[in-house]
Parts: sequence; C-alpha cells; structure tokens
Amino acid sequence: MNLLITGGRVIDPSQELDAAMDVLIENGTVSRVDKKIKAAAGIEKIDASGLMVTPGFIDLHTHLREPGQEHKETIATGTRAAVAGGYTAVCAMANTVPPNDERAVTEMVVAEAARNGWCRVYPVGAVSKGLKGEEMAELADLRAAGCVAVSDDGKPVFNAQLMRRALEYCSMLGMPVIAHEEDANLNEGGVMHEGYYSTLLGMRGIPAASEETLVARDVILAKLTNAHVHIAHLSTAGAVDAVRRARKEGVRVTCEVTPHHIALGDESVQSFSTNLKMNPPLRSEQHRKAILAGIADGTIDAIATDHAPHHFDEKNVEFDLAPFGVIGLETAFAVCYEHLVRAKVIKLPRLVDLLSCGPARVFNLPGGTLRPGALGDVTLIDTDAKYEVPREFHSKAANSPFIGQKLRGRIAATIVNGQIKYETSGTPASSPAGRAPSRRPEAAGRRLTSRRDGGVPKKP
Amino acid sequence: MRNPTSSLKSKDLLGIEPLTPDEITLILDTAEGFKEVSERPVKKVPALRGQLVINLFMEASTRTRVSFEIAEKRLSADTLNFAASGSAVEKGETLIDTAENLVAMHPNMIVIRHKHPGSPQMLADRFDNISIINAGDGAHEHPTQALLDAFTIRERLGRLQGVNVSIIGDIKYSRVVRSNIHLLTKMKANVTLAAPPTLLPTEIERMGVRVVHSLDEAIEGADVIMMLRIQLERQGKLSFPSLREYYNTFGLTRERVRRAKEGVLVMHPGPMNRGVEIASDVADDPNVSVILEQVTNGVAVRMAVLYLLGSAHGGGGE
Repeated sequence: MNLLITGGRVIDPSQELDAAMDVLIENGTVSRVDKKIKAAAGIEKIDASGLMVTPGFIDLHTHLREPGQEHKETIATGTRAAVAGGYTAVCAMANTVPPNDERAVTEMVVAEAARNGWCRVYPVGAVSKGLKGEEMAELADLRAAGCVAVSDDGKPVFNAQLMRRALEYCSMLGMPVIAHEEDANLNEGGVMHEGYYSTLLGMRGIPAASEETLVARDVILAKLTNAHVHIAHLSTAGAVDAVRRARKEGVRVTCEVTPHHIALGDESVQSFSTNLKMNPPLRSEQHRKAILAGIADGTIDAIATDHAPHHFDEKNVEFDLAPFGVIGLETAFAVCYEHLVRAKVIKLPRLVDLLSCGPARVFNLPGGTLRPGALGDVTLIDTDAKYEVPREFHSKAANSPFIGQKLRGRIAATIVNGQIKYETSGTPASSPAGRAPSRRPEAAGRRLTSRRDGGVPKKP
Repeated sequence: MRNPTSSLKSKDLLGIEPLTPDEITLILDTAEGFKEVSERPVKKVPALRGQLVINLFMEASTRTRVSFEIAEKRLSADTLNFAASGSAVEKGETLIDTAENLVAMHPNMIVIRHKHPGSPQMLADRFDNISIINAGDGAHEHPTQALLDAFTIRERLGRLQGVNVSIIGDIKYSRVVRSNIHLLTKMKANVTLAAPPTLLPTEIERMGVRVVHSLDEAIEGADVIMMLRIQLERQGKLSFPSLREYYNTFGLTRERVRRAKEGVLVMHPGPMNRGVEIASDVADDPNVSVILEQVTNGVAVRMAVLYLLGSAHGGGGE
C-alpha cells in the first residue's frame, strides 16, 4: 500500500499542477507530491520517467451487467477492463436484472465489487421501481446502501411529475439524478441519428429533438427544484446549448459526453456494422462539432464511457435487430487523446480534468486529485505509445467501434489505493511502443484480496 | 461490346448507389438482348446452366420473387425458393445461420429480400465466393426495380438524360425511391419528389432532387409520373389524417393526368392501392400507363443482372 512513483510528469488539474514530480502513496493515501522524494528503505517504486502521472480516471457511466446479464459482463470483468483503461473507479448503472432499485441489489453489487472488483465501484440506483417510470424507488435507502446517484438510464424518466419529485427528493439526499434523455414517441423505433445518412440508408431515425426536448424540460425542472440534474451521454448541439445557457443562469446542471460521440459521426453507419449502433446514436458532423466546442469552453463536465457490453451473438444480427451500446473503458483515453488533444481541441490537462477531476466533482466522489490525503488512485499514461485497438479486450465483450484503429496514448499503469492493478507488460517506461498490453492484470501479481481494500466504494 | 464497361466490378448487386453510369448502361443494354428471349417460342438460353440460385425471401413478395424465378429459369439456372414462413426462421434461426446453411450447399448466387436495411451487405461481406443480389432491403434499396424502371423509360422515351421524372407518395418508407433517385441522378435525369412533409425523410434534397408538396406542381412538365404505394400497414402512424384526404391531395386521378404533358408515362412499382394513390382509370389507361410493361421488363433486367454477375463471378464456385 506504500508506493513511490518517480520521474513522471504529474498533471493534476485539481491543483493546477503540471510538473516533473514524484508521488508518494502511504497506506493507500497520497502523502506527498514533490520534487525528488527520497524513498524509504524497502518501499515499492515505479519508474514513471517519460510517463504522465494523473489522478485516477473515474467513469460516471458504466454498465457492469451484474446481476443478471453475466453473459455480457460481470463486475469482475468490467472492472478489469476499467483498470486496463486507466480507470480507478466506475459508476455502475442500475439497469441490471433485477435492476438496482432496492438496497439488496446495491449491497450485492458492493459485496461483489469487494470480492472480485479490480477498482472502486460506485453503484447508481434506479430512480423508479423496476425502472418503470411510475413511482420512486426507495431513494434514501439506496443512498444509505452506497448509491452515489440515481438513474433509470437506458430509459428516460418520461413522467415530468416523477422527475420533479425525484429531483426534489434527491436534493435532500445530496445526490444528483442522472437523466437519460430521449422521447420514445419522437424516436418511433429509430436505430440511428435522423439525418441525411438515415435517409440514404433507409433506416429509422432518432431525431436530435428527441434528446433536446427532454434536456430542455429537465433544465427547467432543475431550476424549479434547485436540485442537481446530471445529463447523461449528451449528444446534440441543442443539448449543449441548453446546458450552457442554464449554467449561466445558475441552474445546477452538469453533463457528460462519450468518447464515441467525440470521435465518430453518423456517416460511419454506412458500413452497417452493429458496433456503430448505440443510444444516443452517432450524430452528424454539426452536432459532433458542437460537442467539441462544449468541451473546449467548459460546458461539458466529464467524459463518460457509457461502456455497454453485449454478447457477440446479440450483435451478430441485422443492424435493426442489434441491441444499442458499445464498450468503451479500454479505449477511452486513446480515443480522446487522439480526437481532442492531438486534434488540438484541448490540451492534455483539460483531458485529465474531463476523465478524473470533473467526474469526481459532479458526483462529489473521493478521488480526482493528488492532494495529500487523497485516495491513492493514480493513472500512468504513455502518450507517445502507439495503440492499435485489438479485437479482444479485458472486457468480456468486444463490441467496440474502434477495433483496428491506430491511435496514440496507452495506459502504462493503473494504481488503486496504492496498489498496481494494471500495467503494460515490462516496465512501463521501457515498454516498446505498440506492444500489446498485458492480457491479464494478474500478471502484475499485486492483486488485493482483502475485503476491506479490494475496491469497496467509500460509503458516503 | 458497345460499352466501355463490359462487366460489373462487384461480385454483388447491393444497390444502385455503388454502380457507375457505365455499369447501369451495361445492365440496360444487356437487358435489351434478353427481352427478346422472352418473346421467343422457346424462352430459354443456356447461359447459367449448372448454376444454383437461391431466392431467399424473408419478406412477402409477388412480383419480385416471381420475376427473379422466371429470369433464372430462362437462363437455365437451377433455382430454389426459400421463404421465411414454414422455415426454421420461425423457430428463431438467425439470418446469418440461415444463410450459412444455405451456403453450405454451394449456391452460386443468393437473391435476398429482407425487411432490414443492410442485410444483403451483411451476407456479401461474409461470403466471398457467392454473388448476393438485393431484391429489396427495408427502406434502403431495391436496385432491380430502379433498373427496370429505367429500362422502361429508356425504351419509351429513347433516353434517360434530361428526362423529368416526378415521384409521388410515400417517399420516407420506400426503397424503390432511393434506388430510383440514385439511378436517375447518375444518368442525369431530373427528379422531383412530391409528398406531404410527413412522408419525406430528413435532408432528402441532398440526394440531388427537387422537393414539392403539391401533386399538380410535380406533374407540371413531367415526362414520367411514378406513383408509390401508400403502405397501408403503416397507417395510424400520424403521417396523414385519412386515406380520403390523401387521395384528395396526392391521388393521381384522370383529371390531374389531363393537365400533364402530352405523352406522359405513368408508372407504379406495385402492388397498387387503387383509389388511394392512383385511380383505376389512370392505372388501366393504355395511353398513359406502362405499369404492366414495367413487369414485363423486370424479367429482362433481372436476366441481365443474373447473367452479368453469374458469368463473371458466379461460375467458379470455390
């Protein structure tokens, strides 16, 4: 639990730090960040020269699929994918089977994460019983059991009165309501963005208005209730605009975007690949540019993966019939580094903010900083390394739209609670560019088994 | 060969979008030769003897399925008709598994009709040695329909370039219209679409067409009026208030045809809803309607497609 990270470039936007520094973790907690820290005898050291050292990434939007859909992913495999992607914590969405709409399910998720998780798991509870959008789940009980937010993600809370009441109630509990914004009537069975390419391909479209009408509604409800609404996987220009305007008025609204909405557009669906089918869908270039502008001007608080694993068989069907969703934990950094930093939309510290500090801020989670006393959660990145996205992943699923893409930026090591949970084979600094990451994080031989430290979410 | 192109570059016909104008011309010219075969006392040539063509129809069809089957028989191919109903598809077998099993029996070509866009491409990407012919995939493409429409127009008017074609009706859910737009714009015809905005898909203008919302405006100056079927099974989906109102605003009546250009051709891909998008006295008027000629020409055009793909790509098997 004691670890000294030496010689790296420490980038911690939470304290506006960007300098060559060493980081000392003692008892699972950051104890010092300083130039040339002298190692105590016998302390484990990691040579980070040539690497970026950042607070651990936090994913606000992960589908771990357990309980109930373990053929797609489990808490063990999903968190293994997380650490391979540089994530030290993930927020597990509630649309499991059964959904996380009562304490017993939350406790099961927390217990399984403690047993077999590779990183911290923060459960997200359901807003409504059975995700049916009819009546509130026992939100205080969910909060007490460890939920950090609530969401019916996968579906919108379509009843405005229920949304209002949930926002009011959650403001008492000090947690946000995460809004999945889509109007099923406007969607009319749509499978991709409604635009020129849906017209060309003869596919049913999901109009931008489907998302924007609900974002507008929820911004108004957040203003009415003075509660915190967090817009999940925002994907349209109008939604960015609505959030930007509301924020100026002091409304408590935050939002996230996904790496795939940053990197890809609806024109790519012409291949009919079901790994390009997700909800919200890939939008047109105009929307993608608006998202990039929202990232650049600070409107977007966080990048969240919406990691949505599906089994091969489920995706190996006609586009219309395939389930929505793509995996994203393992490719998030490289995709964003390529399309945001190398494309000169933002600089690297802002990307770290979007992947780590921002997520911690919006859900009020521990982590997202390397200040002394903070969690010993650190991500080491080799930004020069080439990374060709493989066909197989640490995740149980392989439904990635980025397979075969040649990107820059690889996770060199992921440290949770002062423990190395993932590292590329070989010493990170000397690992040859383009070399495949270790398939098994066990290879590091440093996995925790202790229940107390094995990735238990900190109770709020 | 009188064309600069003497073969199709793809092993498949997935749509009109990937074709070049030369390839379209090649198919139409080849079809001219085959039209004559259907008029002989012995309506058969040995072009595809020994080749197996499977007609994989996952969605209902009369004209297209029968037309393909006749075309295959007139080319001496062995044909097999596979319909989803009565097959293991009803037990939940997936399209890919169904196709894998059919392919295991070594067909040379598969003609596929399916309600989901992209299904033919899915098979084409998967099977390197088999030619896939799209016989209609959802609202995406129906290439042989556009080819037979073009053949009919060219035969009647002598050209495609500069011809004014107005397509009227349910544009949004029509695969016929998308293939026709690709073909007609590639061949430099002028395309006008007319429909209520609720039956027009987003940004259709970007496909290089003019869009109007009045039938009379669409008819004015048109050399060809192509009516599309109103998909009655989609009624109740808020596209228009009633069939009565649709007929009154967009139905092709004798009176409206009278206001059209002398010698105008009326086309319809079938099946027709008489009294909804087209009046019987227009559909059955031999002076304007070429609807049954389209059906006749369909066989010749499909023979041309099967022949061009079969002789270039389908003969080798493995």
